[in-house]
Amino acid sequence: MAGILALVEHRQGTLRDITFETLACGRLLAQQLGESLTGVILAENPDEFAEQLKSHAHRLILVNSPVFKNFNAECYQEALSQIIRSENPTIVLMGHSAFGMDLAPSLATSLSIPLMTDCLAVDFHDGILKVTRQMYDGKLNARVKLRKHPSYLLTLRSGTFTDDQAQLNAEIVNLDLALAGEPDYRRFIEYIEPVVGEIDITKSDVVVGVGRGIKEKENIALVEDFAKAIGGVVGCTRPIVDAEWLPKDRQIGSSGKTIKPKLYIAVGVSGAFQHVAGMKGAETIIAINKDPNAPIFNEADYGIVDDLFKVLPVLKEKISEIKG
Amino acid sequence: MNIIVCIKRVPQTADADVRVDSSGKDIERQRLSFDMNEADIYALEEAVIFKEKFGGNVTAISLGGPDAEETLRIALAKGADNAVRIKAEELGEIDAYKTAQLLALAIKSKPYDVIFSGCMATDDAYSQVGVILAELLGIPHATLVTKVEAQEGKAHVYRELEGGLLEHLEMALPAVITVQTGINVPRYASLIAIRRAASKQIETIGKDEISDTSLTLNAEIEELFTPPVTKRAEIIEGDAEEVSTRVATIIKEKGLI
Ligand SMILES: Cc1cc2nc3c(=O)[nH]c(=O)nc-3n(C[C@H](O)[C@H](O)[C@H](O)COP(=O)(O)OP(=O)(O)OC[C@H]3O[C@@H](n4cnc5c(N)ncnc54)[C@H](O)[C@@H]3O)c2cc1C
Ligand SMILES: Nc1ncnc2c1ncn2[C@@H]1O[C@H](COP(=O)(O)O)[C@@H](O)[C@H]1O
Repeated sequence: MAGILALVEHRQGTLRDITFETLACGRLLAQQLGESLTGVILAENPDEFAEQLKSHAHRLILVNSPVFKNFNAECYQEALSQIIRSENPTIVLMGHSAFGMDLAPSLATSLSIPLMTDCLAVDFHDGILKVTRQMYDGKLNARVKLRKHPSYLLTLRSGTFTDDQAQLNAEIVNLDLALAGEPDYRRFIEYIEPVVGEIDITKSDVVVGVGRGIKEKENIALVEDFAKAIGGVVGCTRPIVDAEWLPKDRQIGSSGKTIKPKLYIAVGVSGAFQHVAGMKGAETIIAINKDPNAPIFNEADYGIVDDLFKVLPVLKEKISEIKG
Repeated sequence: MNIIVCIKRVPQTADADVRVDSSGKDIERQRLSFDMNEADIYALEEAVIFKEKFGGNVTAISLGGPDAEETLRIALAKGADNAVRIKAEELGEIDAYKTAQLLALAIKSKPYDVIFSGCMATDDAYSQVGVILAELLGIPHATLVTKVEAQEGKAHVYRELEGGLLEHLEMALPAVITVQTGINVPRYASLIAIRRAASKQIETIGKDEISDTSLTLNAEIEELFTPPVTKRAEIIEGDAEEVSTRVATIIKEKGLI
């Protein structure tokens, strides 16, 4: 039996947004190929998730086990291998998330299925699967052809496939699998919530995001100063946190915070998708970057192509003036 | 403890002008600078921290062309004891799966208690190689790791998930740990260490050592192209004075502050 299989991602009792995007991509492919879309829910008490996803797939496979309460790639791999072997899906989809990155490569390898990660678009014709994905810090797109095979595994970039409010009515299949349980060699212990700092960048209407273009730790003061003058707070990219120039709670992006300020000013930020994921909800985005080809200019409303060290002091003055 | 670290030499493209070459499938490499992949710098540091804590030795391994040896020498200068280069120039087209297969072949014959890799290479952005390697070697893995506490035969590892949530796991060693940036503060190599590394032997493995009959290529790049622009910023032209005045006006008119 062919078809499209999409893995449902959940964490701490809640479905992840990527689940709806993955199912949306699955519906698109199912329609193109004239096949059906099956969502796979591996969970402890999957019924509630099934209720929420009923309209999003033609069929939902539910595997109920306490080992799926928390994510463990080994347990997921064991269950999914069995399901994929019996379903023989044309394409298996999951998110290119911390979950998918941990699971997809080993699952694909164990089943000898060609894998491609972080896909932006999928094109399947005459049994040939091609995907579009990004390379070289998002500067170029690549069209990648996969080795011809009856099944493929793809992980999808989040925020790419939009949930189009499907009106399906999924057939529910409760599956009883023989599962070995959590292995000794990899055991989930706990989730640890991120530390909360003194400044909550998600609460500010104006955020100035600083990136590696700032060059040195000493220069962060420049940005702090600028932010203060315009009545905003300072957020940053991951490398700034990695270098310990600012605390982790200032990081904007997929592995940091998601902000939706009225104004976001990106200073020396390249605009990697992991960063953009955390700030694309800003009402107005202004970017200062000396590289005219920086991907941030494809996200921003207004761009200044120049040296931030030249622009920032003048901009501070001008904005201070209008603020009065 | 025998520690292996996988290191890739990549073009530094974040603030460079990246152009497609005449084949349409690769980039023009001449004008770009190359260096150790960012996450691998952290992976190497973690390997060296392990050695300092538990004793033993660190082997850095890279699949790449002759110039990858330059990057391996940096690894030697930063504390790796041995370096191995798998000669990419002899092995035809390469993707993540084939890379992992080749790394597995090279690693299989060596003793190892833990293998570090980066969580992602910035050139291909696959985030695949470390995990495939673990599966091929038949050992467990954990990805996106920002903290490791190892003991005899096991380790507590902390994976960084979306939103900065940490997932704490207990794993048996040997395992592959794919390192996320920020796990440690990488050291710089001293000049003396760099000089000493210059004369060290680098082991090479090529087609004579590897029969490629069993190697599989899963993915082939057909075309590279500039991403289509769906939304492009209005670029404000002029000197610092002019652009600043204009931006301030926009901010005022839109009532953003
Ligand atoms: C799993 C995963 C999760 C991640 N999560 C996040 C996340 O949550 N948040 C995040 O930010 N990143 C995250 N990243 C990292 C992300 O991929 C990028 O590496 C990062 O966002 C780049 O940060 P940057 O823009 O500061 O640095 P770079 O990419 O190095 O860009 C620096 C920019 O500064 C510009 N510049 C340099 N000098 C000047 C100057 N004088 N004037 C003006 N401009 C200048 C350059 O042109 C360049 O565009 C994650 C990566 C992975 C693999
Ligand atoms: N050619 C290579 N040589 C050595 N290690 C590599 C190579 N390619 C990838 N790796 C390792 O695998 C990690 C993930 O790479 P990738 O799956 O390509 O994103 C990198 O950070 C490296 O540690």
